[in-house]
Amino acid sequence: MSGQSNYNPKTGIEKWLDARLPIIRLGVDTMIFPSPRNLNYWWTFGAILAVMLVSQLITGIILAMHYVPHPDMAFDSVQHINRNINWGWMLQPMHAVGASMMFLAVYIHMFRGIYYGSAKNPREMIWIVGMVIYLLMMATGFMGYVLPWGQMSIWGAIVITNLFSAIPPEAAGTAVTQWLWGGFAVDGPTLNRFFSLHYLLPFLIVGMVILHIWALHIPSNNNPTGISIKTKADTLNFHPYYTVKDAFAIVVFLMIFSYFLFFKPDSMGHPDNFIPANPYSTPAHIVPEWYYLPFYAILRAVPDKLMGVVAMFASIGVLFALPWLDTSKVRSMRYRPLAKQFFFLFVLVCLGLGWAGAKLPSDLVFVTGVDADGHEVGLTFVWMSRILTIYYFAFFLVILPILGLVEKPKPRPASIEASVLGTDKGDN
Amino acid sequence: MSTPVESDEPTRRDFIHIASGTAVVAGAGFLAWPLIDQMNPSADTLSLATIEFDVSSLEEGAQVVAKWRGKPVFIRYRTAAEIEEARSLDVNVLKDKQTDSERLVPGPDGKLKPQYLVAIGICTHLGCVPLFDPKDTKGGEYGGWFCPCHGSHYDNSGRIRKGPAPTNLEVPPYWYMSDTVIQIGKEASV
Ligand code: HEM
Ligand code: FES
Repeated sequence: MSGQSNYNPKTGIEKWLDARLPIIRLGVDTMIFPSPRNLNYWWTFGAILAVMLVSQLITGIILAMHYVPHPDMAFDSVQHINRNINWGWMLQPMHAVGASMMFLAVYIHMFRGIYYGSAKNPREMIWIVGMVIYLLMMATGFMGYVLPWGQMSIWGAIVITNLFSAIPPEAAGTAVTQWLWGGFAVDGPTLNRFFSLHYLLPFLIVGMVILHIWALHIPSNNNPTGISIKTKADTLNFHPYYTVKDAFAIVVFLMIFSYFLFFKPDSMGHPDNFIPANPYSTPAHIVPEWYYLPFYAILRAVPDKLMGVVAMFASIGVLFALPWLDTSKVRSMRYRPLAKQFFFLFVLVCLGLGWAGAKLPSDLVFVTGVDADGHEVGLTFVWMSRILTIYYFAFFLVILPILGLVEKPKPRPASIEASVLGTDKGDN
Repeated sequence: MSTPVESDEPTRRDFIHIASGTAVVAGAGFLAWPLIDQMNPSADTLSLATIEFDVSSLEEGAQVVAKWRGKPVFIRYRTAAEIEEARSLDVNVLKDKQTDSERLVPGPDGKLKPQYLVAIGICTHLGCVPLFDPKDTKGGEYGGWFCPCHGSHYDNSGRIRKGPAPTNLEVPPYWYMSDTVIQIGKEASV
C-alpha cells in the first residue's frame, strides 16, 4: 500500500542501487501488498488481461515484421504469413484469436466491477482509467481488423468512419471524414495510417495499465463482500497467495484460448474476410466483430442517423459515470437483493443486444402469424434492439440511482475475516 | 530597498507574462497544424479529380459504375417509363425534397437529358454501395437502388424513399463536354 515499504535491501549492491534507482523496491512493493483474503476467481481476470496484452504485443510485433500495409499487398501478406512464414500458421491466429479472448476477459472483468461495486468510492479512478483502456482496446481492435484488408475489413472501416458523417457537413462532417481517410474514400492512405495507429495504441494501453495498477495500490482490492479491510486478519499478501491463484486461472484460460487457436481459429472471424477488399461491392450483410455487436445493435435501434450515433457513443459514455450513478452505500450486490436481479437482467440484455447486432434488422426473433401477402410477421430484431436499448440506459440512468436510495440491503458480515470464518452472521 | 507598493495596475511583469503566454499558445498552434493537416487528402489524390465517360456506350435500362476519386459513380440509362415515374412523383412525400430535373444537368444544347442519371453510389447513411437490379427485387421497393446494410430504398432518381439514410444519393459535379461525353469532377463553366 502507499506509505511504508516492505523492502529491506540486504546486500551492498542492493543498497547501492536502492539509493540511486529504487527499482527493486518498486517491484517488491507492487507484489507484496495486503489483499483481502476472500478474493474469488472473478478477481483473476485482471492478471489474465495483463498476460493477454503481453501476448498481443509480442505476436503483433512479429506480424508487423511480415505484414505490408498497402491495399494491393495487405491481404496477400496476411495469407503469406499464414502459409509461408515459419510458425506463421500459429502466430497470426494467436494474434487474431487473442484479440477476441482479450475482449472476453475484459467484459467479465467489467461485469465483475459492476456487480461487486468495485467502481464505487474509493475506486472511481481505477474504473475511469479502466474505461479509457477499454476505449483504446476498441480502437485498437477495430483498426487491427481493417489490416488484413478483406471485405469485412474495408466495409467495417467504411461504416465506422462514416459515423462521423452524422455530423452535418456545415459543421465539418465532410472535412472530418476526409481527414480520417486521407482521401475521398477509405483507401490506401487510410490503411497505412490505421497500421501506424494500431501499432501505437497498445503501448498507450500499457501506459494506462500502469496507472490502473497504481490506482489499485492506494485502496487495495475490493472483495466479494464489498466491505473494507479493517485489520490485518482480513488480508493475505498478494505474493504468494494471489500470484499462485492468478497463475492457475491463467493456465485454465490459456487452455481455452488454445482450444480456439488450434481447433477453431476462424470461428470468431467472418468468412467474408477471406474475400479481398472491394470498395465497389458491399457484402450483403455487414457485421462487426462479435465484441462490438451490442453497440452496433444500439446504433441500428435508432431510426435517425445522428441520434443513432449519439446513442451508441452514449452507451459507452454512461459507463464512465457508473461510480456516481450507483448510489447505494453497499458495494457488493451480494447483499442487494433487488440490484442483483436487475444486474443479471442487464447481463442478459447485453447478450440480447449482441444477438440482435448479428442479425439483419428486419429478421424475425419469433413469428406470430402471416400477413395478407403470406409473409411471416412477428417481433423483428430492430424492435427487440429498441426494447433492450431502453433497458440498457434505464439500468444506469434510472434503476441504479433510485435503487440505491430505496432498496433495503441484507445484513453484511462484521468483517472480511468473519465472513470467511463464518464466525459472525452479521450485525446490520 | 523599498518594498514594492501593492497596486491593481498591471505591471510590466504582467505584460511580459501575458505576451509570452500568447506567443507560446500561438506557436503551439502553428506547430500543431502541419501535424494535423498531413492527414488530409494529398496533392496527388486531389489531382486525380476528374474522369470522362461516354454515355453512348450504355444500353437502355442498364447502369455502369464508374470510379471517381475512389468512389463508385452510378451512370444509369433510364427507360421512358422510369423517367415518367420519377417526374410524376409529388416531392412532398420525400424526406429530401428534390424534383427529378433538379438532379440532372443540361446537355450542350441547354436541354436536360433525363435518360442519363448520374449519382454517387454511396449510401448517405453509412457509406455502403446500394444494389441495382431493375429486373429483380434487389433494387428495392422503388425501382431504384437498395442498400443492404441497414435497408435504405432509393428511387430511380436516387432519392431516398424509405430507410435510415437522411439524404438523396449525392449528384457529383459533372457536365456534358459533348452530346455523348460527360466529365465528372467539374461543373460546366457558365
Ligand atoms: C491490445 C492489443 C491489440 C489488440 C486488441 C489487437 C487486435 C488485432 C486484431 C483484431 C487484428 C486482426 C487480425 C486478423 O483478423 O487477422 C490485428 C491485426 C494485426 N495486429 Fe494487432 N492487436 C493488438 C496489438 C498489436 C500490436 C502491439 C501490434 C504491433 C506492434 C499489432 C500488429 C498487428 C498487425 C501487423 C496485424 C495485421 C496482421 C493480421 O491481420 O494478422 N497488434 N490486431
Ligand atoms: S449504409 Fe446504407 S442503409 Fe446504412
